[in-house]
Amino acid sequence: MTGNTPMADYNFAYLDEQTKRMIEQTKRMIRRAILKAIAVPGYQVPFASREMPMPYGWGTGGVQVTAAILGPDDVLKVIDQGADDTTNAVSIRAFFARTARVAVTTATADATIIQTRHRIPEATLTADQVLVYQVPIPEPLRFLEPRETETRTMHALSEYGLMHVKLYEDIARHGHIATAYAYPVQVAGRYVMDPSPIPKFDNPKMDDCPALQLFGAGREKRIYAIPPHTRVVSLDFEDHPFERNRFDVPCALCGATDSYLDEVVTDDQGGRMHVCSDTDHCESRRAKGHRGTMLADEPVHPADRRSKLEAAE
Amino acid sequence: MYVAVKGGERAIANAHRLLADKRRGDRQVPEIGVDQIDGQLALAVDRVMTEGSLYDRKLAALAIKQARGDLIEAIFLVRAYRTTLPRFGFSEPLDTAAMQVRRRISATYKDLPGGQVLGPTFDYTHRLIDFALMADSEGEAPATAPAEAEERMLRVTDIIGAEDMIEANPAPGEGQPVGDLTRDPLGFPAGRDLRLQNLARGDEGFLLALGYSTQRGYGRNHPFVGEIRMGEVEVEMLNEDLGFAVPLGDITLTECQMVNQFKGSLTEAPRFTRGYGLGFGHCERKAMSMALVDRALRADEFEEERKGPAQDEEFVLSHSDNVQATGFVEHLKLPHYVDFQAEISMLRAMRAEVAQRLAGQVPEAAE
Repeated sequence: MTGNTPMADYNFAYLDEQTKRMIEQTKRMIRRAILKAIAVPGYQVPFASREMPMPYGWGTGGVQVTAAILGPDDVLKVIDQGADDTTNAVSIRAFFARTARVAVTTATADATIIQTRHRIPEATLTADQVLVYQVPIPEPLRFLEPRETETRTMHALSEYGLMHVKLYEDIARHGHIATAYAYPVQVAGRYVMDPSPIPKFDNPKMDDCPALQLFGAGREKRIYAIPPHTRVVSLDFEDHPFERNRFDVPCALCGATDSYLDEVVTDDQGGRMHVCSDTDHCESRRAKGHRGTMLADEPVHPADRRSKLEAAE
Repeated sequence: MYVAVKGGERAIANAHRLLADKRRGDRQVPEIGVDQIDGQLALAVDRVMTEGSLYDRKLAALAIKQARGDLIEAIFLVRAYRTTLPRFGFSEPLDTAAMQVRRRISATYKDLPGGQVLGPTFDYTHRLIDFALMADSEGEAPATAPAEAEERMLRVTDIIGAEDMIEANPAPGEGQPVGDLTRDPLGFPAGRDLRLQNLARGDEGFLLALGYSTQRGYGRNHPFVGEIRMGEVEVEMLNEDLGFAVPLGDITLTECQMVNQFKGSLTEAPRFTRGYGLGFGHCERKAMSMALVDRALRADEFEEERKGPAQDEEFVLSHSDNVQATGFVEHLKLPHYVDFQAEISMLRAMRAEVAQRLAGQVPEAAE
């Protein structure tokens, strides 16, 4: 995927659609899995994940889900660690720009499909949007029970005692639940689900979200979903309620106090700056005149970045 | 500073350009041709075809060239190409008894109909680096024997089977679909068809280590190499319009049939059991490892206690695929700073709590 050559010899969005000869084709198979996942919120639907031209672990599940739902009129945004310009996000966006020639954007509000790794955008999503998560290990019980045969039975029986024991042991050992990301949730009062490795800061955004949330795990061959406006509860105890982590400092570039921050090491003397992990959120705020303490005199306007992006792709 | 940390598009484009430059190497040296890789690094091509599960020598050779000789990367390229190809049917079961044999050895019989045919093997070479190969060489033409009339070379397992001394191969289920884990997600327990498909695509090194572990006691299954044969087999496909099978061409295969630990009961006379390995091209190490692991995974069938990792179906089948494995291991290179931030914040808070607690305890301790 080095050049800008159109991939005329590949299908729209890479994966094959149904043709006259072949009834059971890839996108149709993935769409079926997605529909089933939406019908049974939080349940991991096995699907026949295909080899994609990027490695497992790089978001092949998310890419397949996006490829299956992407239409020619969609506007795609891809983020990794909250940012549009991380290398993997750039690569996946370029992949769809090349194979599907869809419009791409970095503006959360303009996107109809947002594929993400490790974050949920700060801006509230709308009913017109779909958030596609890249998932490494879809099974929330995996590190408590390595066997798939066991964990599927545990889900079938709603046998989640093991997870509560784990959380309780955390409290006994550390005084609180020692899970900072990939914090387990219960969906629609039934299935315990892995939210993918988003920081638990993002967990509350999944609850009652107007947007459809789809989760794709390519290597593990699972798709699951949270339909719009579904109850999503982070697991906790009455006397140890779920707590969202907070930052003591505002964003050094835009001054936001309510966003998730990346810690950037600025020198070898212990210097640090904290900046929004969601680059679009940060740039939009700066465009509106919000300024942090370390913002240089010439702020980068999102529009400039977008045109730069288009030029590069 | 901030942007530099995040990388960016130009960095990626330049990295790809540099990679292409490194692949080409010194421009003073002639570029390696796909036909050279196919002809002179043929065993690498065989491995890429087997684990890429696509029989196409030129494509595999091209993938090796593009991957700079990194075979797992080449396997990955072939797999990603294969996944875009339409599937228009299944071949008829291959008849390896009808193989045009180029190599055929048995460790269970000193001599047998058709004889032992060594073929091109490293087996009895001395592993001394041949410095003569530093220079170009024409090479000596191979010795040939007069062509014999074409005859089927009996499979060793058929010889043993004629005495009813080895379990019969399961009869092909008429009209029963054969599983395909590239089209359906793998579930457990998996049937032997899916297990063999998984092992055939599995990483040679992984299967080698697992097969080796069975020999060292982690699920021992008393293997004998009944036969290893390598050569050309015709692929046929049923043409529904014509109503009969038509040949599509020949492919080179390596097949290993292990003869294993016998099994019997009070009511049934004991028989040897089987382990089976098959791969594209000349891939003996792979086929043998596969046969050992196949037999190990049949533990339940023979009511054997599962004591070793090689007998653990979920463990073996979930970790054999090197494209999956390398993806997940290497994804650790991707940024994880959001999660790391969450973790380091939590760690700081925990350390602060401990510090506070210790500070509070100091006076008590002093008393």
